[in-house]
Amino acid sequence: MGKRTPLFELHQAAGARIVDFGGWDMPVDYGSQIEEHHAVRRDAGMFDVSHMCAVDLRGAGVRPLLLRLLANDVGRLTAPGKALYSCMLRPDGGVLDDLIAYYLEEKWFRLVVNAGTADKDLAWIKEHAKQIGVAVVPRRDLAMIAVQGPKAREKAAALLPAECRAPAAALGAFFAAPGDEWFIGRTGYTGEDGYEVMLPSESAAGFWNSLQSAGVRPCGLGARDTLRLEAGMNLYGNDMDETVTPLESGLAWTVALEGTRDFVGKAALEAQRAAGPPRKLAGLLLLERGVLRSHQKVFAGDAGEGEVTSGTFSPTLERSIGFARVPAAAPAQVEVDIRGKRLPARIVKLPFVRNGRALIEL
Amino acid sequence: MSEIPSELRYTKSHEWVRTLPDGSVEIGITDHAQHSLGDLVFVEVPETGRRLAAGDACAVVESVKAASDVYSPLGGEVLAGNPALATQPELINSDPYGQGWILRLKPAAGASVAALMTSDAYQAEVAAGG
Repeated sequence: MGKRTPLFELHQAAGARIVDFGGWDMPVDYGSQIEEHHAVRRDAGMFDVSHMCAVDLRGAGVRPLLLRLLANDVGRLTAPGKALYSCMLRPDGGVLDDLIAYYLEEKWFRLVVNAGTADKDLAWIKEHAKQIGVAVVPRRDLAMIAVQGPKAREKAAALLPAECRAPAAALGAFFAAPGDEWFIGRTGYTGEDGYEVMLPSESAAGFWNSLQSAGVRPCGLGARDTLRLEAGMNLYGNDMDETVTPLESGLAWTVALEGTRDFVGKAALEAQRAAGPPRKLAGLLLLERGVLRSHQKVFAGDAGEGEVTSGTFSPTLERSIGFARVPAAAPAQVEVDIRGKRLPARIVKLPFVRNGRALIEL
Repeated sequence: MSEIPSELRYTKSHEWVRTLPDGSVEIGITDHAQHSLGDLVFVEVPETGRRLAAGDACAVVESVKAASDVYSPLGGEVLAGNPALATQPELINSDPYGQGWILRLKPAAGASVAALMTSDAYQAEVAAGG
């Protein structure tokens, strides 16, 4: 048996199919992954993401600590509540994890890290934090519910605690309204508008049920995966890990190399950028029937070979899409080995879908 | 609880077999199997005329989540793959024992439908988590 979130029994009672995800027993769908996917693109859906780990960092040294630990530049965070997406790197540039950092107060930042990497991340952060006098507090007392879709904020608004409603309504994209207990971020992992709500574990079931009564559909990790893929968002462990750098993972935009700030992994990334990264992460659209899956081999002509890192059937496009790590010089059209057949696929600019609309030509 | 029609025969790998009046057989995957796979998005059916041995991988069904092989319960020659599945793979979800059939086979001499599992045996297999 894996670890369970405060909502596990609700998922079970709702007939969810439960799978192991990073050591947690999580709902993969509640019947139809495709219908759940469409609910988020067209209306509103919610995900139990309590397996992810919120980590509070408190102390005068918190900003200097994150300036050193994160590849993106928390110096850019000047407005309280602002969030930043970043990778945390090894000295050789390999990706330890990707995370969201929220700047709340000068002595308080909150990170949200992946479930499967949380222990490793905490050990790494603590090792650096102790030299600088920052307290590292994992918030396993909090549950996390992502409410996503064009109608998500509207449907969730009245269900928040009274004192959170006005701050939540006023949130700009990628901002959070912090509280020590209820914490509402206008962030997500679906390519749609919405909130990610952290709240006390004991309040989670009540909030979940009230959202469902307001017409927000429970969605599993299956729909979360197809939504994030359409939205062009990486999944740690699939699309990047410790063996690759952000520059080879479509994440150069999250790395702040300019200026004198020195962060863990910077020298390695500068060297790789100067030499030219040998590989890149590309969006793929399969041109024939079939489904791209991770680990399928990609043939990029004279440029060499690569591998699909994530693949699925896109419910919005009704085609198969994926990401592949391919040689930097890969041509616009490649071939993918799907069960012994080489099928053509086109390299496309990400994302595939954003705010309910297809952004690529089929 | 998934549906398991009593007039069909079954395999441990969750295929069903129906004997047709002309002695040929129709093969598909069970309600339990389609439910475990989730929404189907792609099906590859075998070509007409292909000769199969019992246990050969003869079709592929892919859901949003994963791809699975379908194994031929009997040896024989493929008479047809279900052409409707090319554009409507979801027929396997909505009607696994009817419009969602996957292939028709002319059984090889000596191939025995009666040797396959009965609905009761299959029911027990599913209940045991098979």
